[in-house]
Amino acid sequence: MAAEATQAIGWWGVLLAIAAGTMRGGTPFLFVSLGECLTEKSGKINLGLEGTLLTGAMTAYGVSYLTGSPWLGVIAAGIAGALLGVIHGWLSQQPRVNDVAVGIAMIIFGSGIAFFFGKPFIQPKAPQLPTIDLGNWSDIPALQAALQITPLFLLGLAIAPVMNWFFRSTRWGLFVRAVGDSPEAARAMGVSIFKVRMLSIIAGSFLAGIGGASLSLYYPGLWTERISSGQGLMAVALVIFARWNPIQCLWASLLFGGAQALGPALQSVGIKEGYYLFNAAPYILTLFIMIFTCSSKKMISGAPGALGTSS
Amino acid sequence: MTTVIAPTSIEIEQPPELEVINMTKRFGSLVALDNVSMLIKPGTFHALLGENGAGKSTLVKCIMGFYRADQGDVLIGKHSRQIESPRDAQKYGIGMVYQHFTSVPAMTVAENLVLSRLNSPGLINWNEEYAKLNAFMANAPFQVPLDVPISQLAAGQKQKLEILKQLYLKSKILILDEPTSVLTPDEADEVLGLIREQVTAERLSVLIISHKFREVTTFADEVTVLRKGKFAGHGTVKDLTIADMAEMMMGERREPQKVAKVQQSDRLSILQVTDLHANKDNGLAAVKGVSLTVHGGEIVGIAGISGNGQKELVEVLAGQRSPISGQVLVNGEPYTATRVEMFKHKVFALPEEPLRNACVPHMSVAENMALRTFDRPPQAKGFLLILKTIRQMAQDLIQQFKVKTPSAETPIGNLSGGNVQRAVLARELSSDQINLLIAANPCFGLDFGAVEFIHGQIVEARNQGVAVLLVSEDLDELLALSDRIIVISGGQFAYESQTETADFSAISHSMAGH
Repeated sequence: MAAEATQAIGWWGVLLAIAAGTMRGGTPFLFVSLGECLTEKSGKINLGLEGTLLTGAMTAYGVSYLTGSPWLGVIAAGIAGALLGVIHGWLSQQPRVNDVAVGIAMIIFGSGIAFFFGKPFIQPKAPQLPTIDLGNWSDIPALQAALQITPLFLLGLAIAPVMNWFFRSTRWGLFVRAVGDSPEAARAMGVSIFKVRMLSIIAGSFLAGIGGASLSLYYPGLWTERISSGQGLMAVALVIFARWNPIQCLWASLLFGGAQALGPALQSVGIKEGYYLFNAAPYILTLFIMIFTCSSKKMISGAPGALGTSS
Repeated sequence: MTTVIAPTSIEIEQPPELEVINMTKRFGSLVALDNVSMLIKPGTFHALLGENGAGKSTLVKCIMGFYRADQGDVLIGKHSRQIESPRDAQKYGIGMVYQHFTSVPAMTVAENLVLSRLNSPGLINWNEEYAKLNAFMANAPFQVPLDVPISQLAAGQKQKLEILKQLYLKSKILILDEPTSVLTPDEADEVLGLIREQVTAERLSVLIISHKFREVTTFADEVTVLRKGKFAGHGTVKDLTIADMAEMMMGERREPQKVAKVQQSDRLSILQVTDLHANKDNGLAAVKGVSLTVHGGEIVGIAGISGNGQKELVEVLAGQRSPISGQVLVNGEPYTATRVEMFKHKVFALPEEPLRNACVPHMSVAENMALRTFDRPPQAKGFLLILKTIRQMAQDLIQQFKVKTPSAETPIGNLSGGNVQRAVLARELSSDQINLLIAANPCFGLDFGAVEFIHGQIVEARNQGVAVLLVSEDLDELLALSDRIIVISGGQFAYESQTETADFSAISHSMAGH
């Protein structure tokens, strides 16, 4: 009987851990995917957000450690991301330059910058972002830990509908969609394609930088060189999965965050077999999404018409 | 000094006079526009005529501020105006409708209209905008549903929207660049007729670029003709005959060459298509159960507005697309357009946009001309290519088909559109035995000389017993060349007749899908 009860709580624990992981692990996905969504809506792909994420994580951690203010770190991470965005935005819009190639270069450049400047910050402990504890009513520590929510998650939660509204009901939002869907039409309206794409890429990179801050200042809450583990690249797949819709980016991010929490959650209840397999869940999920959303016979609906073309 | 008149006062105002004085535009060493002047009086329908490359588009793009003229002046209402961009042109009440649609496909009609406005607010209050748009639509000459995304509109509706957009922007001078090239004759007459009413009521002036004399004589008041970048003539339409205008355009009096057809006696069916279905790139059905037979020594013309499935049909026949279901027989045997089958049944194709669909742009003219035969004797011995033979053969073809190229080694991508077309035609017609020729829009964007040459070659092939499937958006071309004409609409054949007994208005109606 008793053994059964523990077993029951244990399985609840797995669900709880996954739910908590959904919010923790989903936060960086959310920011990067919203950033990528904005960038791709303007017709450019930024694979470099993987590098931006790392640079953001390192900058946030470093600034938080040096100044003692984690919020300053978050802002610095956004600015560092935006600076990388300027480079990508300018390079990828030069004649006969392919944005995927520039993106891969920017992954290497962004991670290189992060590793180079991040060396001194691997050891010290930087002040972390405060969390909002929604679980204080309960005395189960697992539940309390699970309900520690970062304000960054709430910020991301707010940005998704705001971005959706921006695309629908603001002049600038319509410009971004026009440039991404039909650059000729935008040019005929006298809109500067270069400027719109540049600003979209910068703003998208700013968001990705903040995503990095949530990695190093909230969860897992440290700075190592392997902290992003490909989340920036997965976010690109996630945007396709979300059909370039900010609200769906939110749900997709939560799904990926949950998939990421699967391995550690099972480990916590003592399931050791297949640990690496469960840890690989987000990658497997990415792979399956790519397989099921791609078809040689059918174009994906909702894709910006001029995505990835140079003009 | 530029003063923008408040929109409310424009409502009742007459369109201003537009005058272009001594305009010159050079692109490097090429003089695209040489000292051209033109006057568009208020409330007139003015046609701008000229062959391809005569400078019509350059002239209007200079007026619109896309290009900056090297010399010359634009006078609007007798005042000299500096127009730096299309936005400036919009401020002066000049709006342009382009040959290709300039609305954003993924957005709705309402979003496109609001977006096109210069002074659209930063935050859009959709309730208010919809109220205004509905009021505007109530007084507009034609109606387009506001809530529908552009990608779901038919071509005619898209073109109407482009014109509505200019009226919505309160443009008083409308420049139309071949606005009817994507419309059925009925749609074209409707749209131009409604614009004509606006002009007659002196609410608009119109400058229209057109190739179609029928439209010019029906709707226009005056014409200005350009030839090779220079002013070639001007006059009122009622004083000019079509022959006069054609003479001004080409600089010589020339009757269109009649292509002589030889009557064929034995007619074997070469191509047989049964209940063919194919999808578009986005997975939607494009060809919906099409059956046709093409006999030897016969040209079967397929007419239709672009986007009605003819592109996909040609792609299936050329092996560029897999059909969903249905059967294609050539000489009575199943045909899936593999290289082996093409060679066995002597099937040749002249697809549209040949540089993209039938050439390797970076490879030389000679290599491109050998694409069909390079792996067979005499151009190959085992797995080795005999480059000398390939080059010799190409040089013969270049002469025979009058391809203008610096040498056989020039990359084919460097050639002009007409010469790429000729080179591909040379490759496809050079074989001694041709059974089936599939041609799609073979004369799109070519000048008179090239068109005549290609038409001649196609008819000659027919006279030698080749079965020809000719898909074209140019109805006149189909009526002139084909023995039998079929209209495709919405992926299905809507009309079929021998060309001699074909009924023009029935063709036009079935193109529109009625």
